[in-house]
Amino acid sequence: MTRKFKWRNLYLWLVFIVLYAPIIFLVVYSFSAGTTMNNFHGFTWSHYQDLFADSRLIAIFLDTLLIALLSSVIATTIGTLGALGINNTTRPVTRNTILSLNNILMVSPDVIIGASFLIFFTALKIPLGFGSVLLSHIAFSIPIVVLMVLPKIQEMGTSLLDAASDLGANNWQLLSQVIVPYIMPGIFSGFFMALTYSLDDFAVTFFVTGNGFTTLSVEIYSRARQGINLEINALSGLMFLLALILVIGYYFINQYSSRHRAAARGRRS
Amino acid sequence: MQRKQKLTRNTAYFVPYTLWIVLFVIAPVILLIYQSFFNIDGQFTWANYQTYFTSSTYLMMTVNSVWYAFLITLATLLISYPTAYLLNETKHPQLWLLLIIMPTWINLLLKAYAFIGIFSQAGIANQFLSFIGIGPKQLLFTNFSFVFVAAYIQIPFMVLPIYNAVSELNPSYVNASRDLGATPWQTFSRVIFPLTLPGVKAGIQAVFIPSLSLFMLTRLIGGNKVITLGTAIEEHFLTTMNWGMGSTIGVVLIIAMVIIMWLTGSSKRRPRKGLTK
Repeated sequence: MTRKFKWRNLYLWLVFIVLYAPIIFLVVYSFSAGTTMNNFHGFTWSHYQDLFADSRLIAIFLDTLLIALLSSVIATTIGTLGALGINNTTRPVTRNTILSLNNILMVSPDVIIGASFLIFFTALKIPLGFGSVLLSHIAFSIPIVVLMVLPKIQEMGTSLLDAASDLGANNWQLLSQVIVPYIMPGIFSGFFMALTYSLDDFAVTFFVTGNGFTTLSVEIYSRARQGINLEINALSGLMFLLALILVIGYYFINQYSSRHRAAARGRRS
Repeated sequence: MQRKQKLTRNTAYFVPYTLWIVLFVIAPVILLIYQSFFNIDGQFTWANYQTYFTSSTYLMMTVNSVWYAFLITLATLLISYPTAYLLNETKHPQLWLLLIIMPTWINLLLKAYAFIGIFSQAGIANQFLSFIGIGPKQLLFTNFSFVFVAAYIQIPFMVLPIYNAVSELNPSYVNASRDLGATPWQTFSRVIFPLTLPGVKAGIQAVFIPSLSLFMLTRLIGGNKVITLGTAIEEHFLTTMNWGMGSTIGVVLIIAMVIIMWLTGSSKRRPRKGLTK
């Protein structure tokens, strides 16, 4: 019995080691004094110093961050309003059609999204660069926001809204003081997902970025094609840290919202 | 009055969202299909489709792409199913699940880049092969490395839906099957697997479709030996600038996607980030 249990744990551990080894490998070599990822040559911060001295990369990093923040704020706004609208639809057919359309961008392969957006921007004569990348990121982040917010709205029910309007709240008050505070955890989750979608995206950006503008993913791709450069390792160290912060942030939002939900349920019963 | 108020509110909410659906969901797909009927000089033609379905290069590329996507999906499934099953039996499955999902939050390109280092001529994988006496081999830019890295990247997307199905499995069915004298294999093939099949299907859908279009991996890891549909689209759009042909391949990829979704039943979305449930 105990032996069987150990075998099981061994398998799980093996999977975890395989999953994490490449990431740890990258970060470890970001501290290596050599120039390759073959042998560790002693500890150094020099690759991080290079990274912070690389003004081109810093600019790209800031651009990426700007795109991510702007696109997630706008996508969250549009997506939340969309989810409210979907919740207001009365006919199931309309609702299902809208939800199917909503999910198209979530199931489509990135290449299709990228290629079709490229045709779209060219047809509308929108110049490729910051604007087209921003629009694309907003576009592919909206569906996930809708999917994160919609369950919260449905959970809210109508009695709360009826009570508020009976007490004389107008539409704006209803939205700003009742609905939005209630669905806030969903909005935050949507925002976080949109943020990570935008930070992670490579394929779509690669298609619509044009010549002048670059995001971090595209830059990593073009540098990786030229071979090993430990500055990328240092960058991955920093991005690993950023991802960790995002995961922890997301985890706490989830904790908060489930506690909130549990509390609401407790109050109701 | 009340109803009218609700109606205006409804439409006001809906304007930007509807605009998004029309402009960024419907219009691009229509434009892609439209573009597929034009040749490189901008003339309307059926030639793209004719070329595609008569040229052995394109057909072989499609078959190859589907074959490699199949291999990647199979490898991912074989690793993920036991993982998901065992996860469910640990003491803190949610924590373990979070750990499985964490790597999906690391940029895909960085993970691919890590394997360039690991699989390189004098890299750690070859050092290990030399150590156990096999001797260094060409690892990077082989079909094996492409399948390996693609499977590595996709594992969390397969584990998650299967885990959800396994955790919903009522253990009393398994116990009942054992009590009635089923062998472990019978219990698995007749009870556990059929009941977790929806999760497996969702996982296959989540892995197969992206595997058809992973163009960055075929370039960085596969050394352009495997040409997937995604690689071909990228090539046509950004290198040879033959958008018509690229769109034609895009339409084929969309059809392939629809077939996969139809075969795997549900229309569940692919969680690009593991934490989406």
